[in-house]
Amino acid sequence: MIKARVTVTLKNGVLDPQGKAIEGALSSLGFEGVGHVRQGKVFDLELDGADKAKAESDLKAMCDKLLANTVIENYSIAID
Amino acid sequence: MKSAVVQLPGLNRDRDMIDALTKISGQAPVTVWQTETEIPDVDLIVIPGGFSYGDYLRCGAIAARMPVMQAIRDKAEKGVKVLGVCNGFQILVEAGLLPGALMRNTSLRFVSKEVMLEVVNADTHFTRTYEKGQLIRCPVAHHDGNYFVDDATLAALEDGNQVVFRYAAGTNPNGSLGDIAGVINAHGNVLGMMPHPENLIEAAHGGNDGRGIFASALEVIAA
Repeated sequence: MIKARVTVTLKNGVLDPQGKAIEGALSSLGFEGVGHVRQGKVFDLELDGADKAKAESDLKAMCDKLLANTVIENYSIAID
Repeated sequence: MKSAVVQLPGLNRDRDMIDALTKISGQAPVTVWQTETEIPDVDLIVIPGGFSYGDYLRCGAIAARMPVMQAIRDKAEKGVKVLGVCNGFQILVEAGLLPGALMRNTSLRFVSKEVMLEVVNADTHFTRTYEKGQLIRCPVAHHDGNYFVDDATLAALEDGNQVVFRYAAGTNPNGSLGDIAGVINAHGNVLGMMPHPENLIEAAHGGNDGRGIFASALEVIAA
């Protein structure tokens, strides 16, 4: 079995109101020196088989078709 | 003219939409469940509002991958009119039938109130009963109506008169780019909008400003 982690983040230039709110909350908790905060998503997936190249291409298709909205989001794939 | 209303788990404005279409066209729309792969012969397909699949992953993301969407895509390519309202708009952008994305409101709050819409393009299948520049009342109720597109796509939308509705100055409830409330595809038969015209069609609603969208799309004289 292959374990993979997909990380989805907002593209640069896309306004992230949730990240802004988190930024404000960190500041109000007294954490100083926090610059921009951007919120993203992490998906942990388990895939059958041991072929990492196939897993990578399957994961890329999953990201393009569902896990990420490539209009506003980038993704990265890490395979164990 | 015949119409169809798409139903998916979590959509909750379908009954309002069915009611509006029935009252305005004089005949009840057919309902189409998400697993259906064919849609009957109709002139207008409506994806109503709600919270399909609990807004999991992204609003409209999972609904946009259901079998019925391929049937809608096929019909849209043949020129059948498609209207997506609120979650229906989110589903249309997730399905790639309309450009852009609908993100969390900049206030981070769910907004449920009435806004004023400017009819930017009155020369579409959906807006012929209005005048260009006319201001109409319309309710909104959403958490993710903040329309976003990249600069190049925005320029193309503006050049192609594809921005159909804007929130009137000072009433933008969600921070959407260019105050955009509704956009149409380049071919002019697929319209998505965040506001709910189906909830302002008769005296009992306190007004009928939204009626013209359905009267136009269904080619009936506006009451």
